[in-house]
Amino acid sequence: MTIRQILDSLDYGPSPESSEAVQAWLDSHREGFGQFIDGRFTPHEAEGAIPVENPATHAALPSVSAGTAADVEAAVAAARAALPAWQRQTPQTRARYLYALARAVQKRERFLSVLETIDNGKPIRESRDIDIPLVARHFHYHAGMAANIEALFPGHEPVGVCAQVIPWNFPLLMLSWKVAPALAAGNTVVLKPAEQTPLTALAFAEICTEVGLPPGVLNIVTGAGETGAALVAHEGVDKVAFTGSTEVGRAIRRATAGQGKSLTLELGGKSPFVVFADADLEAAVEGVVDGIWFNGGQVCCAGSRLFVQEGIAERFQERLKERLATLRVGDPLDKSTDIGAIVSAEQHSRIADLLATGAAEGAVLHSAPGDLPGTGHFHAPGFVTGAHSASTLQTVEIFGPVATLTTFRTPAEAAELANNTAYGLAASVWSQNLDVAMDLAAKVRAGVVWINGTNMFDAAAPFGGMKESGFGREGGAAGMRAYLRESGAEAPPEPQARVDFAPAPVAEAARAGNSEPALDRTLKLYVGGRQVRADGGGSYALRGSGGVFGAAALGNRKDIRNAVEAAVKAQGWSAQAGHNRSQVVWFMAENMARRRETFAHALTLTGSAEAAALAEADAAIDRLTQLAGLADKLAGAVQSTRARHVTLAMNEPRGVVGLVCPEAQPLLGMVTLIGALIAMGNRVVAVPSPDQAWLAGDFAQLCDSSDVPGGVVNLISGDPAELAPVLALHDEVDALWHQGASALTRRLEEASAGNLKPVRRHGVADWAALPPARLLRLAEEAQQVKTIWVPYGA
Amino acid sequence: MNDRNPGMALAPDWFEAVAVNRSAAERRAGQIGPRRSVKKDHQAAWLVHAIRCMDLTTLAGDDTAERVARLCGKARQPIRPDIQAALGLADERITTAAVCVYPTMVASAVAALEGSGIPVASVATGFPAGLMPLPLRLAEIRYAVDQGAEEIDIVITREHALRGHWSALYDEVAAMREACGAAHLKTILATGELGTLTTVYAASMVAMQAGADFIKTSTGKETENATLPVALVMLRAIRDYGARSGHTVGFKPAGGIRTAKEATAWLSLIREELGREAMEPDRFRFGASSLLADIERQLQHHVTGRYSARSHHPVA
Repeated sequence: MTIRQILDSLDYGPSPESSEAVQAWLDSHREGFGQFIDGRFTPHEAEGAIPVENPATHAALPSVSAGTAADVEAAVAAARAALPAWQRQTPQTRARYLYALARAVQKRERFLSVLETIDNGKPIRESRDIDIPLVARHFHYHAGMAANIEALFPGHEPVGVCAQVIPWNFPLLMLSWKVAPALAAGNTVVLKPAEQTPLTALAFAEICTEVGLPPGVLNIVTGAGETGAALVAHEGVDKVAFTGSTEVGRAIRRATAGQGKSLTLELGGKSPFVVFADADLEAAVEGVVDGIWFNGGQVCCAGSRLFVQEGIAERFQERLKERLATLRVGDPLDKSTDIGAIVSAEQHSRIADLLATGAAEGAVLHSAPGDLPGTGHFHAPGFVTGAHSASTLQTVEIFGPVATLTTFRTPAEAAELANNTAYGLAASVWSQNLDVAMDLAAKVRAGVVWINGTNMFDAAAPFGGMKESGFGREGGAAGMRAYLRESGAEAPPEPQARVDFAPAPVAEAARAGNSEPALDRTLKLYVGGRQVRADGGGSYALRGSGGVFGAAALGNRKDIRNAVEAAVKAQGWSAQAGHNRSQVVWFMAENMARRRETFAHALTLTGSAEAAALAEADAAIDRLTQLAGLADKLAGAVQSTRARHVTLAMNEPRGVVGLVCPEAQPLLGMVTLIGALIAMGNRVVAVPSPDQAWLAGDFAQLCDSSDVPGGVVNLISGDPAELAPVLALHDEVDALWHQGASALTRRLEEASAGNLKPVRRHGVADWAALPPARLLRLAEEAQQVKTIWVPYGA
Repeated sequence: MNDRNPGMALAPDWFEAVAVNRSAAERRAGQIGPRRSVKKDHQAAWLVHAIRCMDLTTLAGDDTAERVARLCGKARQPIRPDIQAALGLADERITTAAVCVYPTMVASAVAALEGSGIPVASVATGFPAGLMPLPLRLAEIRYAVDQGAEEIDIVITREHALRGHWSALYDEVAAMREACGAAHLKTILATGELGTLTTVYAASMVAMQAGADFIKTSTGKETENATLPVALVMLRAIRDYGARSGHTVGFKPAGGIRTAKEATAWLSLIREELGREAMEPDRFRFGASSLLADIERQLQHHVTGRYSARSHHPVA
């Protein structure tokens, strides 16, 4: 084409990024990669080797070895062996390593960007301007965390050996999200990159060698799903962090159940992208470009469900179509490419299949015009209309460059539609009205909310999901905590009492240690602020040293169902100001002080000495005052991300929390746990320690007399082994705190895989000796972080 | 040349509901360069095109007839002939789009450009502040047209925009349009003095409704000149106006655009937001004085592989 001709067309022309250096590196590894274990690469294992391709050209890249059980064993052993020396390093020394990694990445930005693009298919514009700079940012930020860890996280220690499994959509970025905080906290790591995109991780292994990271601190094992499964299930692993699909997340939850591992899961999403009529429409259109059309839509937090207010929907659609026409799909290495290749043939056909299903259901696809390249896994970006809330395309994560577009009428409807999903990862809200935007940001159940923006990331901004998008956060202090544990944690004592759940023997109950017949005392269940009989109508005897002293209702799964329903309805509690909740909990403390002897008496019924019982009651009163005081003090903090962006790491209640109460120190334990949960805005369905159910009756009366709204605290006595799994399986229970028998842990963790609720077992053996800092952490754990990004400018 | 924008009655509902989000506009503007790259022969062609879109400008207090004549010579032959030949464009007539001067220099420019077909543009209406009585400003337009200016770059009364007196702004621009007669009207919004992007959008829309042929960012005399976010908002206003009225309006950024690299980014922005046709000189102009020198040096580098010295190109 001559310049004369170009003057007519004024096309952009080709603008390929040079891949020479990367090609030379790939050529030098032509024979394939081995595993990076203990600071060295093992020889490439040709048998079962996993081919790697450039998804834009189908060109073969060096293959990687399929990690075997022996490889995993060796890698975990290397990480374990490296742990003591790594933990002995001073924080400043660890900080220097992380800083060296950050600088090494910066110095190789071009190389790593090109390699990422060749391996993954994403446009060079993205790898160069987004992925790799964020990788450097992540190591840099965590170098600072490492340097200041003692001041920032007193009373904490590293978890140990971390197994990390990362996905193919942001290969090196996800590595940095996992590795940087893990190393900063003083852990060692075995990381498995995705088999589709292992190359930048392996290049990073070389960088680790170059900066002199001690052998074994970071080990990289390549392989497919089986390798990952072997890694996360390995007994020598203390912590598992996974980013990937919800299905694999569930499998990991089940596989690690009962192993005592710390677990964080960052899973799928179907994130709402809500455009109000008063939004800057053009800004929102570009938001879609940066949202679902970013990285080919292969983004867990992509705004894949567009909800547009009715009045502007037509215009918005028109503009989206016009915008589609100017997107450039093609060679990812070309600097003028907007949309590159889908990562693999498998993913490409998954997208195509889902769209075919959608079409069969009546959805209409609006795709970018123009031809796609003849070779490579390219998919035209677009959006679909006519896919309503019940349709496949609105419910299933497509993980491709196609969003659904539907409308809404009011802010309330927008919130309802936004939350009408099993996922809860992210949300984008577009409105020039701060009231409207913040209102939806507060109502949407998602870990990250962007106001007038989308897909903004920063190492200081916690990222992670709610609901079936997983649990745990990456980035910020919340992200660091996932790689730390409290020092001094102890195994909770095991329940000792053998409780007979058979119907109460009347004769003994009626006697109850009195000379004349006492009034029958059968404890009921406490549901929705009312004392109710058990669904099954049964009760069981409560026994003390003097024999049977009463009876408690025997709750069953339907009682749990009813209690959860009541707790769900009590959502107003979670929306209240901390000050209001604080007053209620203060009132509880006040009323408990008035009934100090009553509570102490309940403790003596099961064998506590009177002095000890009074001491426990006093401690419980003090505990309530402490927690009441925290109710309005842990709302979160502004994070330092980018200039002119207020990034709020806002703490929110988890929602409905199931609680299996401890047996030892039954009053203080129950009061601490319920107090922490409700002070921070949760609603609780608690299963009291069965032999101590009598206390629950007193506690229910305390709630009643202290203005605790109905449904905020629900108490279901009965057999924890029967009741707790119902809570663990319940999709409307958002978290489960399990302080009962450890024998139950595995079952509960397995059962929790359904809606991926976090199951937490606090390492507290003596509730009276709980240091104030740990009580504070307990209250913090009753919350989860919602990160709200608010860019601003006049 | 497209049919001229006839304007229309003032319709505030076309802009009053539009609020521009500053951060989002800056994000998009910031992506223009990184998302589009023009290299090698394409880059050379784009730079030649940038010259074709240029209002080669001198607006200095020490302008003289001779200085203006020298500028006009440069407008006729903006690229050194040997470089033009090396680009394979020896037979092309490549000139700047116009020469832009003060009203008293129009006659000199018209004389210097005689036979070239290059129009003379004149600033008017009390440029750059525009705070002269309206009859004087209108008289100044008529004077410049009378002197032979075919394009008039007027400035708006910022006060009208800042106070939201849209009908006052509309009346003023409409009167100026009328004073222009056959000459084309370029309306300078002085965006650096309008405070917010939302005001920029509204002022753009009012100017177009009042019959502006072009909307222009700046006089070059404000502290903030042409910026990509401002341009983005004005281009969107042009697009919205076009979609609703059916009329095309041109765009002219001015002030602060000095490098070849910036010029390609600006052209990319036009292409992305309004499409290929909007890149033609009848719809897009650079208001520039020093940009040409940088483009010439880049073009020389393109054909020779050597980095060039300013002194090797005829001064404008």
